[in-house]
Amino acid sequence: MRRFTWFNATSLSLGFAFLYIPMIILIVYSFNSSRLVTVWAGFSTRWYGELIQNEAFLDAAWVTLRVAFVSSCIATVLGTMAAYVLVRGGRFMGRTLFSGMIYAPLVMPEVITGLSLLLLFISIGLDRGVFTIILAHTTFSMCYVSVVVSSRLVSFDRSVEEAALDLGCTPFDAFKSVTLPIIAPAVISGWLLAFTLSLDDLVIASFTAGPSATTLPIKIFSSVRLGVSPEINALSTILISLVTIGVVTASLVSKRRIVQARRDEQMAEQTA
Amino acid sequence: MQAQARPAEFAPWNDPNETPLIRFDGVTKRFGNFTAIDDIDLAIHRKEFFALLGPSGCGKTTLMRMLAGFEAPTEGQITIGGKDMAGIPPNKREVNMMFQSYALFPHLTIWDNIAFGLKRSDMAKDQIAARVDEMLRLTRLERFSKRKPHQISGGQRQRVALARSLAKAPKLLLLDEPLGALDKKLRQDTQFELMDIQEKTETTFVIVTHDQEEAMTVASRVAVMDNGKIIQVDTPPRIYESPNSVYVADFIGDVNLITGTAQLGQGGAALLTWAEGQPEIIGTAGEGLSASAPATFAIRPEKVNISESRPECVNNVVRGKIHDIAYLGNISTYHVELPDGQIIKAQTANNRRLSQRMYTWEDEVYLSWTDTAGLVLAG
Ligand SMILES: Nc1ncnc2c1ncn2[C@@H]1O[C@H](COP(=O)(O)OP(=O)(O)OP(=O)(O)O)[C@@H](O)[C@H]1O
Ligand SMILES: [Mg+2]
Repeated sequence: MRRFTWFNATSLSLGFAFLYIPMIILIVYSFNSSRLVTVWAGFSTRWYGELIQNEAFLDAAWVTLRVAFVSSCIATVLGTMAAYVLVRGGRFMGRTLFSGMIYAPLVMPEVITGLSLLLLFISIGLDRGVFTIILAHTTFSMCYVSVVVSSRLVSFDRSVEEAALDLGCTPFDAFKSVTLPIIAPAVISGWLLAFTLSLDDLVIASFTAGPSATTLPIKIFSSVRLGVSPEINALSTILISLVTIGVVTASLVSKRRIVQARRDEQMAEQTA
Repeated sequence: MQAQARPAEFAPWNDPNETPLIRFDGVTKRFGNFTAIDDIDLAIHRKEFFALLGPSGCGKTTLMRMLAGFEAPTEGQITIGGKDMAGIPPNKREVNMMFQSYALFPHLTIWDNIAFGLKRSDMAKDQIAARVDEMLRLTRLERFSKRKPHQISGGQRQRVALARSLAKAPKLLLLDEPLGALDKKLRQDTQFELMDIQEKTETTFVIVTHDQEEAMTVASRVAVMDNGKIIQVDTPPRIYESPNSVYVADFIGDVNLITGTAQLGQGGAALLTWAEGQPEIIGTAGEGLSASAPATFAIRPEKVNISESRPECVNNVVRGKIHDIAYLGNISTYHVELPDGQIIKAQTANNRRLSQRMYTWEDEVYLSWTDTAGLVLAG
């Protein structure tokens, strides 16, 4: 056990203060009744009410969710397939090149990714809108999924798949009934990663969004440029609470699983 | 070495009318330019318990994987039950494999693990249930059927792997170092369990092991491999008593090796000239021995007698000094140094108490053996 010292306590509180004070200020001011963001004029939920009335924001939120959901689903399917082929496909021409290339978008500056996608859409004459944002987000989040899934595939024993084949599975059946259930946690976290990446993205979306579709980050960014409004504070507070709930649930679930696994091991030892 | 408890008449490999279940004809397997299996010819018969024995990396697993269909031979042909196996994928072969790592499905219960292969055959549902329960009984796993693989012990996992590979009643069962992870006691129990199961189910077993004692215990025949080649295929007693080469003699059990030059004698005997001023050693001539060629005399330590005075009526006698004594409880091994510095091991059963031991360090003793106790092998 580490002991309590004043040094530890101070550095810990300073660190957390640095991380969380900006957010706390934002949350507090979202309940401010004044229109002026920096002047406290009493508690009110007025801005939450106005936010619900604000069609533009709601539209943008709806677009964002749709884009995030659809693109993360497609990215998960494609990314898992890519990971499977790269890890399990044996040797084929250009395999090393492909596995290197799958990492490239991770290190590529977003501006460049966005710009190149924009040029592509223009040159094939695709109208920019929800569809193009989905395409763009699928493209870049697919790499993240395939990185997460392939690290799981590499670490799991190939002979489990061979055992399935040996017991009469076709390769597809073996993938479906053995590989997929085993790598499911990695696939799910890949999906979550793709989903949050898409929710967060501002740069690529601003290149590929058209006048017909705006995502929430674009909307927030453009309205902040005209001055911070308390409505934005309210919106940000909602986002922060959603993210907090998500993170807390995820960690509770994984903690329960660890506890369960430990109990199982003890049970096995006792009966061994 | 354990004695064989098998009926003497089971020897289909000696019967020219038997067609073997498995045939390897000139099979070679290369990975890149590395030759893992080098031009192997082999026949394995129905109901055999066939053991592959050899040092690490000699190609045992590769041979098994070719039988299961995970690797294709680079050259040559493998037939199972008379059918050419080229191009037939693992799921279309009546062969099941028990993996060295067990390879259980971690997301399925023990019951579902065992039922996995049956569900992919055209067996009816209630028949599947009956078969799985039978397998659980056979491997004494009934109590654990609802658990997941990570909820049982290593030995239990190994039995699940065995039950799963047996469930489909394959023509041929491949076991790749199935007992590698078990402690000695459990290992011996399981060896007998395996032999029992093999006899009950009449399946052909091919087992890979690098434990020679295990191979000698369970197998009807043993193949000794080295560097992708099969050096000798024979029954355990013959592998032990009549190795066809110095490599096999040295690989199986403990052996004394004396190098020299061979001369052929009368009636299958051979003489070995091995040192200045020493009488020639008389032994049984090994396969392919030619006169005046370099040869090695091989004799097991338990066939070497040790005595204080020069024994009468024995041709092979050498004199030496006790260099070391290894006391192993039931037996003692005396390391005797000959005048030319060679060490010969002689083993005796300890039928006396330790305090009454006859010989001690630096004692001058005579070593002797009969004319047929040792083999003169080429090379
Ligand atoms: N996929 C592969 N690619 C390249 N070389 C391989 C491959 N599989 C096996 N080998 C090589 O072939 C040789 C034989 O391997 P194999 O696994 O059959 O050995 P083994 O006899 O089973 O050894 P062990 O007792 O250690 O399990 C080894 O030298 C190994 O490095
Ligand atoms: Mg092996």
